[in-house]
Amino acid sequence: MIDIIGRGRFGARFVSLTRRPGFTAQALLIVFLVIGGWLAIDSVSANLERLSVKSGYGFLFEEAQFELGESLIAFRAGDTYLRAFAAGISNTLKVAVLGIILSTMVGLVVALGQLSPSVVVAGACRMFVDSVRNVPLLLQLIFWQTFLTSGLPIVRNALSPVDGVYLTNRGLYLPAPVADPAHGSIGIALLVGAGLAALIWFAFRKGRLACLALILPPLAVFLLAGAPLAFEAPELKGFNFRGGVEISPEFAAMLLGLTIYTGAFNAEVIRAGILGVDKGQREAGAALGLTPWRIMRKIVLPQALRIILPSMTNSYLNLTKESSLAVAIGYPEVVRVSNIALFETGQAIECISIIMIVYLSLSLFTSAILNWLNARAQLVER
Amino acid sequence: MRRVAGMLRPLYATPLAAAINLAALALLIWAAPPILDWAIFSAVWVGDDMDSCPPGSGACWAFIHAKMRLILFGRYIFDEQWRAVLATVLLSGLVALSLNPLFWRAWLAAAWICGLAAYAILMWGGIFGLVYIDSSYWGGLPLTVLLTIFGTGFGILAAIPLALGRFSRLPVFRAVATFYIELVRGVPLISVLFMASVLIPVILPQGFAPSGLARVLLGISFFIAAYMAEILRGGLQAIPAGQFEASRALGLSYFAMMTRVVLPQVFEIVLPPTVNLIIAALKGTSLVVIVSMLDLLGAAKAALADPKWIGYYVEAFVFAALIYAIMCGSIGWYGRRVEGKLRRARSQ
Repeated sequence: MIDIIGRGRFGARFVSLTRRPGFTAQALLIVFLVIGGWLAIDSVSANLERLSVKSGYGFLFEEAQFELGESLIAFRAGDTYLRAFAAGISNTLKVAVLGIILSTMVGLVVALGQLSPSVVVAGACRMFVDSVRNVPLLLQLIFWQTFLTSGLPIVRNALSPVDGVYLTNRGLYLPAPVADPAHGSIGIALLVGAGLAALIWFAFRKGRLACLALILPPLAVFLLAGAPLAFEAPELKGFNFRGGVEISPEFAAMLLGLTIYTGAFNAEVIRAGILGVDKGQREAGAALGLTPWRIMRKIVLPQALRIILPSMTNSYLNLTKESSLAVAIGYPEVVRVSNIALFETGQAIECISIIMIVYLSLSLFTSAILNWLNARAQLVER
Repeated sequence: MRRVAGMLRPLYATPLAAAINLAALALLIWAAPPILDWAIFSAVWVGDDMDSCPPGSGACWAFIHAKMRLILFGRYIFDEQWRAVLATVLLSGLVALSLNPLFWRAWLAAAWICGLAAYAILMWGGIFGLVYIDSSYWGGLPLTVLLTIFGTGFGILAAIPLALGRFSRLPVFRAVATFYIELVRGVPLISVLFMASVLIPVILPQGFAPSGLARVLLGISFFIAAYMAEILRGGLQAIPAGQFEASRALGLSYFAMMTRVVLPQVFEIVLPPTVNLIIAALKGTSLVVIVSMLDLLGAAKAALADPKWIGYYVEAFVFAALIYAIMCGSIGWYGRRVEGKLRRARSQ
């Protein structure tokens, strides 16, 4: 039919388009959206003019007049808003990455605990999962923050469970390794080792050899340099501790809350994955005389991984998004930065759009990595 | 005797299990007395201010006792709080009925209409001699329940066209629905709430100024709609193609096919994930604290600000957590029960 009218001519194309099913409905939807969008833009610009708020992202290059408590990227009042947002994003990433690692560990331990032959341990783990999952994350975060800032003693009476570790209401102080010139070369050796390990893994698929290649070079450099590892314990000087690593109560509360909450969800995901592995696999392993630990490690977990990965992707994405709750307890991540910027500049649309863009790209990035991993983990059938 | 032995068997199934059990039991016996002592035996139950809870005593439940009404109802007018209780019970009852597909009949729709009218009259008042209470005074548990139920309710209503759009073969509908769903699912709830409370006044023309509650409710509904749309899409994909073909063969229009044949089946299939979504929504409503509303969590925080009671945050948060846990737990339990009943009813 299209051929008869003649392909390629605009009018003919349009005629054939209008004859498709649902043309009127789709055209109406487009018209409706365009009119709606136009009305919204119109009233937004009218409102902004009335409130005399600027628009556009130009404010990013102006000076910000606030301080952030802590950040990976150094930030001080007087730096640009752009830098403030970068500092906020770095803080989001810090808590999200650490949270993902720790919550996976918690999840694995609790899942194995739930499946353990010991009823007492299984019951305790079950109770942990049920109670943590049923209480809002925000409540848990606010609880931890209140506990860390008003439950712990003041600096002078710091709690010290282990020598060099001090818990106070201003933060947690841990010993830190003292910087040494050799550490730079150890870092380079670690990079070399990682490159070597990747090469061995992708070329020969030898897991154990790759591990050795990863560990040996930095270890060798470390020993050759005479094992330069000294820890500097924080010391009470004046009104505060000096030296060592300081972990702010906000960051600690954030990490603790996210780890426990997501850990409980991860435990359910991992448990379902382990239970999803066919019972016959386990029995076959036992018939071959493998120990329970080897059965778990070599037979069950690798197969469970295939079931676990897609749900785990979801869980990690949730954790990243939920790190935005930090705004409620004062950890300076991107939502908090954007909030402060919003109240300083009044540019609500720009600030909120930045949050959305940051989280959308984080979500897309995380799911891209995990989809790639997932594709590799799936069974390759003939 | 044999039954007792059978019950104890798993305790010493293998030597390792026996050892782990003993260790865990020892830990339990070591940890339980101080916790029980704090929570029950040394706890103070009644008192007027923090002097009744001397240092060294256990939990100060007297604080909860004194602040109970504030935590449960926020700033809702004290003498009228029975109205909030009645309204919330009514609303929860309606939802409990609606979660059971066996009750999806015309009378349920009628019950909803009457129930919503009664709910509005009780909460707002202003007629029948009831004092008018502005929605900015609503708070505590009734607010949490309200945000959860209406948030999911409006969310589900908005999710139906979204899911149908994403499931549709028409490219424009599919593109618009997919864009919305993926956009909302990629961002945190808190950004949607900010958007609702900060951006809605900027976007709407001057003169339209919805109340804080309405804006927050709108934000939560928009957010839930995206998640519910994905759940519904899963349900739509589970409907056999024969159902669509049979409806078309009978000459049903698209609208009739969806409302009469497909969607009723879809809603039954998606019941379990919907119950999970309601639980997630209940927990998510606590985020309204950040846009300074006094829901259950916000009211618990507000109770802590009283200078007459300083430092009883453990009691306040344990109390609020317990309420959340009981609500989430019972929704989950009810959902599983209905699922079981439904399976039996359908298999007969």
